[in-house]
Amino acid sequence: MTDVAAAPIGGAPGDRHQIPPSIVVDGVRAAYGRIEVLHGVDLVVPPASVFALLGPNGAGKSTLLKVISGRMRPSSGQVLVGDKAIGKRPTEKLARSGLCAVPEGRGIFPNLTVRENLSIWTYRGGLNLRDVEERTFEAFPRLKERRRQMAGTLSGGEQQMLAISRALVTEPSVLLLDELSMGLAPLIVAELYELVGNLARRGMTILLVEQFVTTAVAVATRAAIMVHGRIEQEGTPQEMADAALSVYLA
Amino acid sequence: MSNFLQYTVFGVMVGAGYAIAATGLVVTYTTSGVFNFAQGAVGMIAALSYWELVSAHHVPVLLALVILLVFGASISGALVERVLMRRLHGASTERPVMVTLGLMVILTGVATLVWNPTTTRQVGNMVNGQFRLVGINIQYQEVLIIGVALAVAVALRALFYSSRTGYALRAVVDDPELLAMSGVSPNRMSQYGWILGFMMAALAGVLLAPTQTTGINIEAMTLLVVNGYAAAIVGRLKSIPVTFAAAIGIGLAENYILNYIVPHVPQTLVPDITNALPIVFLFIALVTVPAVRLRAAGRLTTVRAPRVASGKESLVAGVVFFGLAIVAAIVFSHTVFRGTTILALGGVVMSLGIVGLSLVLLTGYSGQVSLCQFSFMGIGAFVMGNIAGGGSLLGLLAATLVCAAVGALIALPTIRLRDLYLALATFAFASAVTRGFFADGHIYGNGGLSIGRIIVPGVSFGNDNAEFLMVTAFFVLAALMVLAIRRSLFGRRLVALNDSPAAYATVGLNIGFTKVAVFAIAAGMAGLAGALYGTVQGVVGQTDFEIFPGIIFVLFVTIWSIRTVSGAFLASLTYVVLSQVWFNGLGLFAGMGIILIGRAAGGILGIEALQFQLPWVKRSVTGTEGVTAGRQGAIPAIGGETRAAG
Repeated sequence: MTDVAAAPIGGAPGDRHQIPPSIVVDGVRAAYGRIEVLHGVDLVVPPASVFALLGPNGAGKSTLLKVISGRMRPSSGQVLVGDKAIGKRPTEKLARSGLCAVPEGRGIFPNLTVRENLSIWTYRGGLNLRDVEERTFEAFPRLKERRRQMAGTLSGGEQQMLAISRALVTEPSVLLLDELSMGLAPLIVAELYELVGNLARRGMTILLVEQFVTTAVAVATRAAIMVHGRIEQEGTPQEMADAALSVYLA
Repeated sequence: MSNFLQYTVFGVMVGAGYAIAATGLVVTYTTSGVFNFAQGAVGMIAALSYWELVSAHHVPVLLALVILLVFGASISGALVERVLMRRLHGASTERPVMVTLGLMVILTGVATLVWNPTTTRQVGNMVNGQFRLVGINIQYQEVLIIGVALAVAVALRALFYSSRTGYALRAVVDDPELLAMSGVSPNRMSQYGWILGFMMAALAGVLLAPTQTTGINIEAMTLLVVNGYAAAIVGRLKSIPVTFAAAIGIGLAENYILNYIVPHVPQTLVPDITNALPIVFLFIALVTVPAVRLRAAGRLTTVRAPRVASGKESLVAGVVFFGLAIVAAIVFSHTVFRGTTILALGGVVMSLGIVGLSLVLLTGYSGQVSLCQFSFMGIGAFVMGNIAGGGSLLGLLAATLVCAAVGALIALPTIRLRDLYLALATFAFASAVTRGFFADGHIYGNGGLSIGRIIVPGVSFGNDNAEFLMVTAFFVLAALMVLAIRRSLFGRRLVALNDSPAAYATVGLNIGFTKVAVFAIAAGMAGLAGALYGTVQGVVGQTDFEIFPGIIFVLFVTIWSIRTVSGAFLASLTYVVLSQVWFNGLGLFAGMGIILIGRAAGGILGIEALQFQLPWVKRSVTGTEGVTAGRQGAIPAIGGETRAAG
């Protein structure tokens, strides 16, 4: 295991020949002040898989994603992406090395236009705005019409399209998605998850957090249920979908 | 006609200077969400440094500009971001306001120490000579200032709206975490913003310095950019072109008023109008720009409120405190201390303590930042001195009621303002009162306004210990009242208003009434404090109630704890003691203190490590806010309030 390397996670952006890295969460504990939210989480997301993390509100799923993306430091335990511990690497360095996190809510800048948002995505090395626009507008033609509009004035679905376009154009080796379907109409959710399926086929390692079991298991290759800051069960998506019912109703 | 054109050119030039300062404010706010109250002070330091380099040491102008702008301002901006601002991320919204105010008083304090204020420092034009155009004389210096301002506005507009770095600079306030997830360091972007802001401030200071015909005055130069504040507000702290246009408009309006209207008003009012104009512009901007456009780049933060003492606890603590005051009065009037001014100073501590209590009520409970409590004090002292010779209880009552009424009048147009904008409005009021009212020789008179000791039939307050005990009694009563308000339904409304104005309104409560009421009560308390301060001091003058001491006192209360009665008392005690030790260093103490306290919303009294538990104090229960108090059963402080994590 090497620590805090400057090398990109799982190869350079856009390099599809390398095997994407696994994510290993090893005994992670995390707290907000004195309140511990993660009580020793162990989890392995295999390379090039789509791993669905299910669980009720307050289970600690989003906190776990914050820890993996470097936005929150664990109080103990460690996270490895590939064979590298993320250690104290700042979020921006993790992002530049190939880890893309789309946060809960809308991962966009509301006071920038669509085009300006896309321009920010180009900070991930080797991208230019023209290519980014082309690829985004190809996947989401609706955004093209709105490219000069403030992102905060887009509909919820359009905002989420813009948010996920970051993953589409930067081609990360690891993608973390937090509650992609939150507050969206079923048709929009289906459209977004179709894109997630396409991204998965390109060989990314994807960890997605969802409350809506059926949505998540449709694209997942592996799943786990998290309750009260611990991984309660892990198995195939269908097994977890069945188990989730009893957990949610408990 | 030629006069009009001449005034217009000069107005555009002055406005261009304001525009540079204002765009600096906009840049800093856009990239950090912080309104830099120290912008003027940075400009003042730059102007004095420029004088030092060019006039005192004959450094070539261009080299001086490079030293000041490229090295001085950029290094200072980067340091301020790194050392002061970065650690405020996630702090409550009023904290950056306090820290930049702290920076402002530090810089003015340092300037006073380095550059003797009594020495006249005149800065010459950067470029000399003039030319004639359509019948008027235009100086090259005027052209230079206008050209630089235009170039700065165009360059900044291009940077923010046509470059990827500019997008990232704007994005950092929206969501720094998301910016980091996009591969951009939000800290670096904020640092760029502060560097740019400091460079703009320094540039404005250097360019405006030659326009100061009586030389660079530390206070005047610091407040000179207040017109920049007004322009920045009109531009919603966001739009550089609107800010620029507003600054030019303000420069023009100022010159037309000074040249067409002021000559027709009585001579005695001229200085008042001249000094108050910038503040009037700011106040007009704040109350006229639509509320929806004045959205603060605020941060939500969860602050644990201190436990509120019960009525019985408050009463016991109040009686104990008064008992200790009696002991102190006996000790200081019958021992070796007899004949010293300690008891008179004690009276000053108690009267300032009441001002501190007004801040606890207004800022600590209801979350409204006020920088004008010393102005109400000054008005209270003025009323007291003019009612029955200044020695009557009627004077105290009148001072309280007049200030409450003035407070309500000030609060009415500012009902919709919150956080930063309310702070700015009260700053404008304090500045206007200081420069346009207290500075008028007719208000306090040349030798100050005499205020006699209180006369009540059968009771004499003629000696220092009786006076001290009387003021202490008022302090204890005010503390009991503040705590009683906090425990009441109205107090819970204040806390609710502070927590969420939107939620407050949606349950059918009247935001306007609550704000005006609490503002009026706090102003009345400050007025009473001013009247009592007058009776203790005997004579008061304009320097007692100026804006800078007022701001410094607010910082002292914030440093100790603006949420507790004990914080108010300790703030006034340390303020008075330190002012006796080193009056000119008060600003440095306050500035350093607020910087060291940083983001701890509870101030010194809220730091848990400094709290200890007394075995006989009963363990407290959950506070009325529904939030458990920090350390249970901590030492009961003045007024029975318990210190807890804030």
